[in-house]
Amino acid sequence: MGVVDEQENLTNGSVPPLRQIQVEGRTAPISVAERVEVPEFVDQQAEYEEFDDTQPEWFEQIMRTESLSISFAGKKAVKEVSLPVNAGEVLALIGPSGCGKTTLLRSLNKLVDLTPTASREGRILLDGTDTDLYDDTYLRRRVGMLFQQPNPFPMSIFDNIAYGLRERGSKKPRKKELEPVVVESLKRAGLWDEVKDNLNHPALSLSGGQQQRLCIARSLAVAPEVLLLDEPCSALDPISTTIIEETIVELKEDIAIVIVTHNLQQAERVADRVAFMYLGDLVEYGTAEQVFKAPKAERTKDYVRGDFG
Amino acid sequence: MSPMPGSSKGTSVKARKRRARQAAKKSQGGSRKVGKKNSWSLLDRVGLATAWATGLLLCSIAFGITIYLAFKGIQYINLDVLITSPEASTEQSETGGFLDPMVGTVLLTVLGTLVAAPLGIAIAVWLTEYGRPAALARFVEAGVEILVGAPSIAIAIFGLLIFQQGFMAPFSFAAEGGEVFGRSFFAAGAIMSLIALPFVVGGTREALNAVPKHVREASYALGKDQASTIRRVLLPSARSGIATGTTLGMAQIVGETAVVVVLLGATLQIAPEGTVPVLDIFKGTGSTLTSYVYQNSPAGEGNAPEKAYAAAFVLMLIVVGLNLIVNLISRKGQQQWG
Ligand SMILES: Nc1ncnc2c1ncn2[C@@H]1O[C@H](COP(=O)(O)OP(=O)(O)O)[C@@H](O)[C@H]1O
Ligand SMILES: [Mg+2]
Repeated sequence: MGVVDEQENLTNGSVPPLRQIQVEGRTAPISVAERVEVPEFVDQQAEYEEFDDTQPEWFEQIMRTESLSISFAGKKAVKEVSLPVNAGEVLALIGPSGCGKTTLLRSLNKLVDLTPTASREGRILLDGTDTDLYDDTYLRRRVGMLFQQPNPFPMSIFDNIAYGLRERGSKKPRKKELEPVVVESLKRAGLWDEVKDNLNHPALSLSGGQQQRLCIARSLAVAPEVLLLDEPCSALDPISTTIIEETIVELKEDIAIVIVTHNLQQAERVADRVAFMYLGDLVEYGTAEQVFKAPKAERTKDYVRGDFG
Repeated sequence: MSPMPGSSKGTSVKARKRRARQAAKKSQGGSRKVGKKNSWSLLDRVGLATAWATGLLLCSIAFGITIYLAFKGIQYINLDVLITSPEASTEQSETGGFLDPMVGTVLLTVLGTLVAAPLGIAIAVWLTEYGRPAALARFVEAGVEILVGAPSIAIAIFGLLIFQQGFMAPFSFAAEGGEVFGRSFFAAGAIMSLIALPFVVGGTREALNAVPKHVREASYALGKDQASTIRRVLLPSARSGIATGTTLGMAQIVGETAVVVVLLGATLQIAPEGTVPVLDIFKGTGSTLTSYVYQNSPAGEGNAPEKAYAAAFVLMLIVVGLNLIVNLISRKGQQQWG
C-alpha cells in the first residue's frame, strides 16, 4: 500500500507549475554534487525547453519516502510508508489522531531524530538523494516547518525573520543586507502590510494569526523547497485560518507543501493530493478529488464521510 | 445483566430520589448554584481559621519589623553617617558613619554576582538542555540543593579552610612565615557566589523549562544547531527568569552575615592589602552592613546602637528594593506562546 501510480493521479489538466522538471521515477533532476555546493535553486531554464511541460503526467517528485518506518521505543508509529511529495502541489496528510501524521511529517526534516527513543527504517529522498547524505542542518534549510502553535522567538519581528539567515550567534550579516529578504518573506507570507511600520516591535506582541504568518515568513526566509505544516491553523480563528490557507495556495507555486490537518474541509480547500493514514499505515494516496469523491479503501470511505475520527 | 450501571435494587431507589431532588431544584427555576455552605467539616474550618490566623500573625510580624526599623532608622539616619567611615570609639557620637560597610556590601555583592551569574546560568543550561550523563546531572542538582540547605556558617568555614591553603596566598594577606590569612574580598566574594548560585540556577532553570519544546524545534527546523538555539533563542527567552534569580541571589548576598564575619574579616574599615591599586582592596579585608549592624548593636562590642539602627534601615531598604525589582521583572517578563 502507499505506492503510487503516477498515471492514476491525473485528473486535472491544469498547467503544471513553474519548476516542473521532467523526471522519471526518482531520478534527480539536478546532480547531487551541484545541489550540495549550490544550495539555492539553480535556474535550469535551458533544460525546460526540451520538455513539453503541458504534459501533466510528469511531476517533479521533490521528496519521497521509501518504505519508511518510524518507531518510538520499538513501537511502530509509521509503517513502511512510501509517499511522494510533488513540487508545485499541496499534499495533505489526513487520518484519525494518533495515526502517525505528525511523526511522518517530522521525519521529512528529521525532527523526529531529536526524540531519543525514535528509530527509523527506510529512506527519505530529497531530489532523488538520500537525505542521510546531508547534514541535518542543511536538510532543514531545504525542508522548512511550521508548527501547530505559533512560536515566534522572543525578539523583534525583523530579527525573527532574519534568524535563519544569520550566522550562529552573530549579528551578521547586517540589517541592511538582510532587509530585502525580510521584506520579501513578509510579503509572501501576507504579513507585510500589517507590520511594515513596526519591524522592531517584539514578535510576541502580534496576534496569534499574525504570529503564525510570521512563522511562515521566518521559514520562507531561508528559501526552503518543501514546507511542512503540522495543523497550522488549529490554534487560530477562522479569519486567520482563511488568510493562511490563501497563503498556502499562493506558496505552492514555488514550494512543495505538506500539510497535516484534521480538518477535512481544509484539506479539500487547499490540497492537490491527499494521503490518508490509519494506525501508521498509508492507506490511500491520490488526488484530492479522487480521495474525497471516490475513495477506494473502506477505511478512507468511512473517514472522509465522517464515520470515525 | 442490566444495561444500565447502578440500577440494582438498592441503588435504584437512591438514584430515583436523587433525580427527584434534581428535578425539584430545576422546577424552582433559575440556575441557582448549589450552596457550598455545608461542604466544610468542623475540622476543615478549624484548619482554615488556624491558617488564616498564622498568616495574619506572620504578616503583622513582618510589618512590625519593617515599621519598627523604619521608625528607629529614620530617627538616627542622616547624611553624615552615609559619607563618613566608621571609627573606633567608646563614645557613640565619635564612632563615625558606615560608609565603608556600605561600600563593602556593594563590592561583595558585585563580586559574588559576577561569579554566580555566569556559573549559575551555565549550570542551568547544562542541566536543562544537556543533562548528560544523567548521574552527573543528578550529582550537580544535589550539590546545588545542598548549597541552599547548608547553614551559611558551615559554607563560610569551609571557604576559610580553602582560602588559608598556601596556593591561595595571592588572594589574601600572607604573613612572613607563609601563613595565609584567608580573609579578603576575594575569598568572601568567591564563597558568596555559592550563596547566590542556587538562586541563579533555579531562576534560569524555571525559565528554560517554561520555553515550550516546539520553540526549540522551530529553531532546529530553520537549520540551527543546539549551540545557536541556546544562545539566540533560549537565553533570550529566559532573560526575565535569569534576572529574577540573579536579583534574588544578590539580595541573599546583601543579607548574609556569617560569610562576612568569617571570610571578610569584618574589620571596621576597608583595609587594602598590597600596593597594586584596586587589586589591593580585593585582597584586603572589610565589612558589610550586616556585620556592622551586628557589631554595633547591643549584642556586639562596638556599642553604637543608633548607628546600628540606621545601618539596619539602609540594609532593609536595599533588600526590599531588590525584591521590588524581582517582582517587577517577573511580572513584566512573562513570555506568551500560544
Ligand atoms: N515522542 C514520542 N514518543 C513516543 N511515542 C510517540 C511520540 N510521538 C508520537 N508517538 C506515538 O506515535 C503515534 C503517532 O503519533 P502522531 O504522529 O503524533 O499522530 P498524529 O499526528 O496523527 O495524531 C502515537 O501512537 C503516539 O503515541
Ligand atoms: Mg499530530
